[in-house]
Amino acid sequence: MATVKFDNATRIYPGNDTPSVDKLNIDIQDGEFLVLVGPSGCGKSTSLRMLAGLEEVNGGKIWIGDRDVTDMSPKDRDVAMVFQNYALYPHMTVADNMGFALKIAGVDKSEIRSRVEEAAKILDLTQYLERKPKALSGGQRQRVAMGRAIVRSPQVFLMDEPLSNLDAKLRVQTRTQIASLQRRLGVTTVYVTHDQVEAMTMGDRIALLKDGILQQCASPREMYDKPVNVFVAGFIGSPAMNLVTVPVVDGGVKFGNHALPVDREALAKAGKTVIVGVRPEDVEVTSNQDGLAITVELVEELGADAYVYGTPADKSIELESGDGGIKPFIARVDGRQVPMKGETIYVHPSADHMHVFNKETGVRL
Amino acid sequence: MFVTHVATTVATETAGQKFTSLALGLVVFAAVFVGILLIASAFKGRTGERVQAIAFVGPTILFIALALVYPAILTIRRAFYSGKFFDLNLGTPRSRGKFVGLENFEKLWTTPGLPEVLRNTALWVILVPLVSTALGLLYAMLIDRAKGEAVAKALIFLPMAISMVGATLIWKFVYNYNGSTNADGTPGTQIGIINAIWTKLGGAPIDFLGTPFINTLALIVILIWIQAGFAMTVLSAAIKAIPDEILEAARMDGVSGFKMFRFITLPSIRSSVIVVLTTIAIGTLKAFDIVQAASGGKLHDSVLANEFYTRSFVTQEPGLGAAIAIVIFVLVMPIIVFNVIQLRKDA
Repeated sequence: MATVKFDNATRIYPGNDTPSVDKLNIDIQDGEFLVLVGPSGCGKSTSLRMLAGLEEVNGGKIWIGDRDVTDMSPKDRDVAMVFQNYALYPHMTVADNMGFALKIAGVDKSEIRSRVEEAAKILDLTQYLERKPKALSGGQRQRVAMGRAIVRSPQVFLMDEPLSNLDAKLRVQTRTQIASLQRRLGVTTVYVTHDQVEAMTMGDRIALLKDGILQQCASPREMYDKPVNVFVAGFIGSPAMNLVTVPVVDGGVKFGNHALPVDREALAKAGKTVIVGVRPEDVEVTSNQDGLAITVELVEELGADAYVYGTPADKSIELESGDGGIKPFIARVDGRQVPMKGETIYVHPSADHMHVFNKETGVRL
Repeated sequence: MFVTHVATTVATETAGQKFTSLALGLVVFAAVFVGILLIASAFKGRTGERVQAIAFVGPTILFIALALVYPAILTIRRAFYSGKFFDLNLGTPRSRGKFVGLENFEKLWTTPGLPEVLRNTALWVILVPLVSTALGLLYAMLIDRAKGEAVAKALIFLPMAISMVGATLIWKFVYNYNGSTNADGTPGTQIGIINAIWTKLGGAPIDFLGTPFINTLALIVILIWIQAGFAMTVLSAAIKAIPDEILEAARMDGVSGFKMFRFITLPSIRSSVIVVLTTIAIGTLKAFDIVQAASGGKLHDSVLANEFYTRSFVTQEPGLGAAIAIVIFVLVMPIIVFNVIQLRKDA
């Protein structure tokens, strides 16, 4: 068990000008489950590999407990990794795969056997111990990869998108298994995923990266309720938050024809326009034509609720996704009262649950 | 008559005419082939499939039967007969082939010089595959992801492009031996690079190709030089095919250096190693050119393939030659069987 500390850790790949991971600072508590999340190419896997020792650190330091592991070889770091494709040794049985690290470390044979059997029991692999990996299903292979990490009882678990090769149902199942296993073993874990749902459901804390730069590191709840910038706001949550550029008026902002009060201090930091963020479940559909006019294009019925997808009737109004693209306006409505396709509805955020961001910098106001 | 006629026609033909007749020949061949396939494809349904299969496979089977199976049967028959001629009915009634049972096979052990050939062949078949595979593997590991990998690979692979006779001629210069002595008793000028260096260091020149046993080893080195490139190329490709994640997982598990090779790399490329070993072993059993080009097998350095040629065509003992051919064939079989079993295990 140990803490992990990224201290200005930087990785620049040879031949690149911009760092793939730029001055990463994260303090991970002992026993914490930290999820590194972000779009592809954001540097999350590179960060994990730096911690594993598979990637050189070009600047800053990495600490495990009170040991500076920045220039240590992987085997001396006492960390175990679960790879995306599991990376099981195809020529070894499940038992040999799981016990291989101990065998290399020169652990006594009977000791290896008992630790492998113990891990196999936890992961429900006992009957497969003598099989080769190719005779296992995807889910079983995934568990062997987990077992290989558990058997070593390392100070830190590293997991690089371990669920991405499983089908949707198994992924949800395994997600909860891994999370509860980690809580039971109490081993500090760093988990990489591109899936924000995995991040929200599994992590004690989430670290969201973009272009090698840490955007926000906080609990799932705080990430959801108080995103620090437009990117975080757009990335966390499904369906994603609506981000609408609206004009600033005295004492607030104008959302369609609906005036929303905004803190004066916050407005002082803004220009003529701001980006207002509102999650689909916080959208209020009004009956008195109060708010932004939205033309309904699609209704997704989910039973209890329905999601309404539309575009602003006024084409000059911009809807952003956190990373610069255009996307529809989404509102969650009661499943028993859904608007028709082509209908115009009027929406505005509920006053307690709206997010205001600077138009130029994207920073939360 | 006919031969001279053809010769004069060819001589009077211009290059252009030759090219035209060659092109014409190819076109006719293609037309016949396409015609057969078209006719075959005209048949529909299950019968059609059969006709098409015969149209495709038939010619191959015909050629194999004529050029491989039939001669093989003749050779096996030949091995049980005496006589000086390939056709058992040629010669005077006294010298004509007679059925002698296993006598030709017994001769393998009893004829002076032949047990030595068997011993030499065993030496070749053991040393060449093992040493060239080991060298090729070592080299492939050393240059893997190193700077100038392509150039380094080409250097080792080039000998593969040289014919065995050519390679032997090159090495005959390397091994060259000058037994004469100067007036002051020192050895004469050596043009062979090994002896040149050896005598400079004060050693007496060595007759590499003339001394029994040493000459066998010297010739084995030539084939190793040729085959190591093949081993290196195949094994290098196999090493590159090992997924990076496996190697990284092994590094996380604390493996490095020789243990990485022993526990991860070698098991991962096992099937390629087996293919290389067996391919080289079979090639070695059939290698005739090196010994033939070096000495013709006259200096106690002969191997089965060379002896097969000598007995069949030089000393006119086709029965014994056929017996040797069968022994080579029988020795190749277990290697092929082993290869197939191992590959099936991996699949």
